[in-house]
Amino acid sequence: MNLALRLGSVAFLLAVWLAGSQLVGPQLLPSPQTVAVAIVHEARSGALAFNLGVTLLRVAAAFTIAMVFGTVIGLAMGRISVIDRLADPWLVILLNLPALVIIVLAYVWAGLTEVAALVAVALNKLPITIVTVREGARALDPSLDEMASVFRMSAWTRLRHVTMPQLAPYLAAAIRSGLSLVWKIVLIVELLGRPNGVGFEIGVAFQLFDVTRILAYALSFVIVMLAIETFLVQPFERHVSRWRIKPA
Amino acid sequence: MSPAGGSSRLDLHIKHKSYRVASGARLHVLGEISFSLGNGEVAAVVGPSGCGKTTLLRIIMGLDQDFDGSVVLPAHGRLGIVFQEPRLLPWRTVEENVRLAAPQAGEATLSALFATLGLSAHRRHYPGELSLGLARRVSLARAFAFEPELLALDEPFVSLDAALVERLRAELIELVTHRPTTTLLVTHSLDEAVGLADRIFLLSPSPARVIAEIPIERPRSPRSAAELAVIREKLRAAAANG
Ligand SMILES: Nc1ncnc2c1ncn2[C@@H]1O[C@H](COP(=O)(O)OP(=O)(O)OP(=O)(O)O)[C@@H](O)[C@H]1O
Ligand SMILES: [Mg+2]
Repeated sequence: MNLALRLGSVAFLLAVWLAGSQLVGPQLLPSPQTVAVAIVHEARSGALAFNLGVTLLRVAAAFTIAMVFGTVIGLAMGRISVIDRLADPWLVILLNLPALVIIVLAYVWAGLTEVAALVAVALNKLPITIVTVREGARALDPSLDEMASVFRMSAWTRLRHVTMPQLAPYLAAAIRSGLSLVWKIVLIVELLGRPNGVGFEIGVAFQLFDVTRILAYALSFVIVMLAIETFLVQPFERHVSRWRIKPA
Repeated sequence: MSPAGGSSRLDLHIKHKSYRVASGARLHVLGEISFSLGNGEVAAVVGPSGCGKTTLLRIIMGLDQDFDGSVVLPAHGRLGIVFQEPRLLPWRTVEENVRLAAPQAGEATLSALFATLGLSAHRRHYPGELSLGLARRVSLARAFAFEPELLALDEPFVSLDAALVERLRAELIELVTHRPTTTLLVTHSLDEAVGLADRIFLLSPSPARVIAEIPIERPRSPRSAAELAVIREKLRAAAANG
């Protein structure tokens, strides 16, 4: 039933796409078959796998940096009010800085390098992670902290068994929103200053008005991200919430 | 005051404890409370609801330092507590909850403990899958497995049936005779206090102070109904005078 609904929804999307392409012409919106052929062609040459791989690595690196620093800073801000007060103005500035400004400044200051690209992406994701984790840290149950301190649990045991499980829903939210945000920004970073990756390919296709190629790359990457969501993020969420009582 | 041979395990001198409540006023919760417990001594604290018993335990456990007075505990002594509410980690199983607090406890100890507390069938369950009575027992198992030198129990036997309370009482007695554990038991039940303690401290309504201290002869031994009635009458008289 669930699967049937999903498949039906996808079929409807393809039908709308096909109708649209008939309506505006294949120049502006190539048909699904054309795009599928282009994907197969790119895959045969190896270019698709290479560019997807490069982009995916950048997503993974930037995402990891942002999550690790975001979790540490968010926890510190949520638990220690001095740090919260000191860091809050910085956070507000970072939250409101447009992605493009961060990217351009990173490239100007650090050159068109891989490091600059990754830092720019991570900086875009960082403030939202901090805000989410800080909310989680503020909601930590003090009575469990007292329990942990009476029974003299080590710092590591507390982090792993007391604090992190309470943060899990907030981390899951940060991961969800983070993955989609990060890959979109990675594409912009690649378009502006990297010689490879999905963003770079789309930039080239844009200059040639090659809509088929744009769609071929964009769609392939969406499928990769869907797979990550289905096979990594959702199982992780199920694992960390296995103790919750399932609603009947 | 301490029983012969026992060095002091807990010296408590509380002069004053008050909470700042949301309205900004101060709520005077504890008055003058002073006593010492000797090594392996079991004391019961009995007092009306809301008089400040949990507050007293929190101060002893070092969880609340905002009070006038002093608490002297042996250096590096292990303190165990059974909180008034179970305070288990909902995302860890029964067994993990106990093991995380007491990593030193061996499998034999744990199995025996779970068997006595009727938890053997629940080792792999999560706290959300337990009844309140079961969760309380896990909290007891955790404190026992920790093997504390000073054990505080905050009304540990409420919401358990009489037969089980009798078993847990026996287990607690076994524990304190086997391994000298200085124990402070907070309870509403005079019978529980009489059945377990060497001494009973009777607290007044808030702000709490000790209105009577009743030593129990031949503690933890079977007692005739007549004997029980005498002790109960003593406590009642003390409560009425306080
Ligand atoms: N954190 C707090 N802030 C303000 N007032 C508090 C706080 N904790 C307890 N109190 C107040 O202090 C008094 C004593 O509370 P406490 O929990 O120590 O009572 P208790 O003797 O354990 O009661 P019970 O038998 O119902 O568990 C109560 O009037 C309560 O309202
Ligand atoms: Mg209480």
